[in-house]
Amino acid sequence: MATRALVHLPAVLRRGEAFEVRATLQHPMETGYRRDSDGRMLPRDIVRRFEARLGTELVFAADCFPAIAANPYLAFWLRLDEGGTLELRWTGDRGFQHVETVAIALA
Amino acid sequence: MTLDRRQVLAVTLLPLAAAPRAQATPESLQAAITAYAGGAEIRDGRVAIEIAELVENGNAVPLAVQVAGVAAGQLRRVAVFTSHNPQPEVAVFHFSPRFAGRARVDTRIRLATSQRVLALATLADGSVWRAQADVLVTLAACVEG
Repeated sequence: MATRALVHLPAVLRRGEAFEVRATLQHPMETGYRRDSDGRMLPRDIVRRFEARLGTELVFAADCFPAIAANPYLAFWLRLDEGGTLELRWTGDRGFQHVETVAIALA
Repeated sequence: MTLDRRQVLAVTLLPLAAAPRAQATPESLQAAITAYAGGAEIRDGRVAIEIAELVENGNAVPLAVQVAGVAAGQLRRVAVFTSHNPQPEVAVFHFSPRFAGRARVDTRIRLATSQRVLALATLADGSVWRAQADVLVTLAACVEG
């Protein structure tokens, strides 16, 4: 099944005004500390890094550990003078990668 | 052969006793904090943790960390630690001097048991500030099986 992500921004974004970006990714964030019903350790499978870029500029990033809940939710604030393309990238164990892009137009 | 209650209990509880839970120790928590802060002096204040004091379910506990009284661009990093999860580290957040809108981050974390949550914030001048919150968890997260 394809990974899904939800990215929420306010309907109207204004130049120089702070706004919140809320991002949720569908992901189990398997901790690596749990066992299956046969007692075998379940291998760790987490998102380790989240990056938000506007063009090439890194505007927010997070290093994640197993204590981040399943379907990781991150919300952060930006204040922009120019619009552009916001790229959200999640990378993790087992070569996991997911990218969402959002066009940002400032009023 | 008959088993009395005491023998039954001894046999059934043995696997539990024999398998200690993975848990951070005060030493591993301190080591994680030192690895984050480097040699910087850690002072209490300026940072605020928003988390419920009592949570029913430790699987997804809303957490916010905010730094008061600084311009958004002055916040460089925020790290979150826990005292009794299997690993002390929860997350490290990196903020942009140019593009940050507020000195705040929200997420949802796992709490394996009742414990202390710590947040450390590093500002542009290199100072490190700390906040702590004790959280009671009535139903723990399945961080472990």
